[in-house]
Amino acid sequence: MSQTIIKQHIPRDDLLASGHLACPGCAAPIAMNLVLKALGPETMVVLPACCWSIIAGPWPQSSLRVPLFHTAFETGAAVASGIKAGLVARGDTETTVISWAGDGGTFDIGLQALSGAAERNEDFIYICYDNEAYMNTGVQRSSATPWGAWTTTTPTNDPEHQPKKDIMAIMAAHRIPYAATASVAYPVDLVEKVKKARTIRGTRFLHILAPCPPGWKTQNDETIDLARMAVERRVFPLMEVENGGTWRFTVDHPGGSIEEYIRRQARFKHLTDRQVEIIQDEVDARWGILSNRVEHGT
Amino acid sequence: MKKVMIGNHAVSWGVLRSRVEVISAYPITPQTQIVEALSDMVADGSLPAQYIKVESEHSAMAACIGGSIAGTRTFTATSAQGLALMHEMLHWAAGGRLPVVMANVNRAMAPGWTIWTDQNDSLSQRDTGWIQLYCETNQEVFDTTVQAFKLAETVDLPVMLVLDAFFLSHTSEPVDVTEQEDVDRFLPQRDATFKMDTSDPHAFGALVRPDAYTEMRWQQQEAMHEARDVFRQVEDVWEAITGRRYGAVEAYRTEDADLLLVTSGTITSTARTVVDERRAGGEKVGLLKVKMFRPFPTEELRGHLGGVDRVAVLDRNISPGHGGIFAEEIRSALYDVPPEDRPNLFGYVLGLGGRDVTPTVISDIIDNCRSTARPEREDLWVGVEL
Repeated sequence: MSQTIIKQHIPRDDLLASGHLACPGCAAPIAMNLVLKALGPETMVVLPACCWSIIAGPWPQSSLRVPLFHTAFETGAAVASGIKAGLVARGDTETTVISWAGDGGTFDIGLQALSGAAERNEDFIYICYDNEAYMNTGVQRSSATPWGAWTTTTPTNDPEHQPKKDIMAIMAAHRIPYAATASVAYPVDLVEKVKKARTIRGTRFLHILAPCPPGWKTQNDETIDLARMAVERRVFPLMEVENGGTWRFTVDHPGGSIEEYIRRQARFKHLTDRQVEIIQDEVDARWGILSNRVEHGT
Repeated sequence: MKKVMIGNHAVSWGVLRSRVEVISAYPITPQTQIVEALSDMVADGSLPAQYIKVESEHSAMAACIGGSIAGTRTFTATSAQGLALMHEMLHWAAGGRLPVVMANVNRAMAPGWTIWTDQNDSLSQRDTGWIQLYCETNQEVFDTTVQAFKLAETVDLPVMLVLDAFFLSHTSEPVDVTEQEDVDRFLPQRDATFKMDTSDPHAFGALVRPDAYTEMRWQQQEAMHEARDVFRQVEDVWEAITGRRYGAVEAYRTEDADLLLVTSGTITSTARTVVDERRAGGEKVGLLKVKMFRPFPTEELRGHLGGVDRVAVLDRNISPGHGGIFAEEIRSALYDVPPEDRPNLFGYVLGLGGRDVTPTVISDIIDNCRSTARPEREDLWVGVEL
């Protein structure tokens, strides 16, 4: 049954070639493939420094069948603004420009340029694939790293102190026309959101959770399971925000204990049961805040 | 069409006449009037460009890079701290072979806070791979702005045109604004060598392994060398249209001179009057104005300076721990002149942070240069009082 639905909703043609350089089990190429399937070949990709700088392949190769511009870490949104302006200057208002950045390039070093572009309501889609740390440089913490996680800069005897930055609230505060979260475990939902984003003008933002086996210390075949569990257990709810005010969940989130989600990731293995409870409390509290936004629009 | 305008507006008019398609900028004194005038031109429809009012200079350069890889003609302007903030992306534009044009209004670097002129902001970007052209007058600013696009798009390298804060940026002079149809003949719409194109997809700027990186830098260097000849050709065509040319290096009253001043920017105009006075008194003094800093006009400088007794280089900049930057570069260029023709070079550091360089100062420098057997040190600081 679900196969039928996927065939109906997800285009067959791949714009991502085989032979890309992602690690086994990486969610990032799955996400890129789904996004490009939804957008089609009239798409240009801006790629600030992130794992995808490697995945795309070294010169003179490219794993993408659409034009790709590699750029500096903090410039995804600014370069995309410029490309769109250039296209419009020559009369092309149809080609979709996307900026494809990791969590470091979005939550941290690229946030200023992203905020500037969003405030100007630049006409492109900004997509953050979030693996919750600087994975390309060898698993250093970012402001997307969850509380309690091990990284190479948050060792197990002094793990991450801060909860994950609420990037969706930040983007919603810019009152951009469309912002959404998405998951590689929910491909139909992801593709529908990208297709919807494509029909809207102005700045659109998509936040995709991207499990990372080497960084999360998980098995290669657990990626989709973990991505699904993150949604079901409300760690990473799937939602849409339109014009910064209308929040909506797009799938069911049955909830339940996050213990298995945490315990299957060895980046959390140092945590005591009490510390896992703290994470559960945080997830429950966040769910309450989000439910309130969905109900009341704030 | 002749108009009286400040140097900043001479840049804006050059951008207007060049039919720039994408502008992206962030305000900083003393360049702001450039982008203010461009805002008016875009708003009233006289310049049908996309204008991205970004949140930083770093994003301004990044957006210009985006516009350029989309195939369009792009422009930005900045000064000092703004240029320093762009530094990373200056490498990106040059290494990506994107013909972005930028006006930099020379402003000294903080701290202490200063808005007045010196050249340390632009000269600090020496090794980013940008062509650098320094201007003396508002007419030259207008002409160089238009020429910059032609030069950049011919060799696929970015060009920075440079003008002194206040002495040019905020000073009014008559400027002959070349008619639009003449500029259109000189500078047709950009036809990009390579660009993002969904019908012919390529990846730009990808990871390059050691087996190819050197070759890419070699090609960039070859383009820099080519830029010397191309600039000459660009000036030939521009001169045929307007009657004006400046040269990568301009020799002023250098015939039979035994002492040459070497200047750049507005100090040149002051030095011209001093040379005229000294010549009137029978003294064999001349002047070399260096307009092109990158690529460095090594051969022209050797040709003009070889065989001259004494050379006084006036540097409105300092490379801390070394010396005035033009002086050091010229000293290096002269190493390959036969020893008997190698001039005695005096490097004067002066005018930093906007301090006036008056005719008297330059006259004193000539006297100092004549009366000293050898320079006491490679950096001779002018007028330091502690």
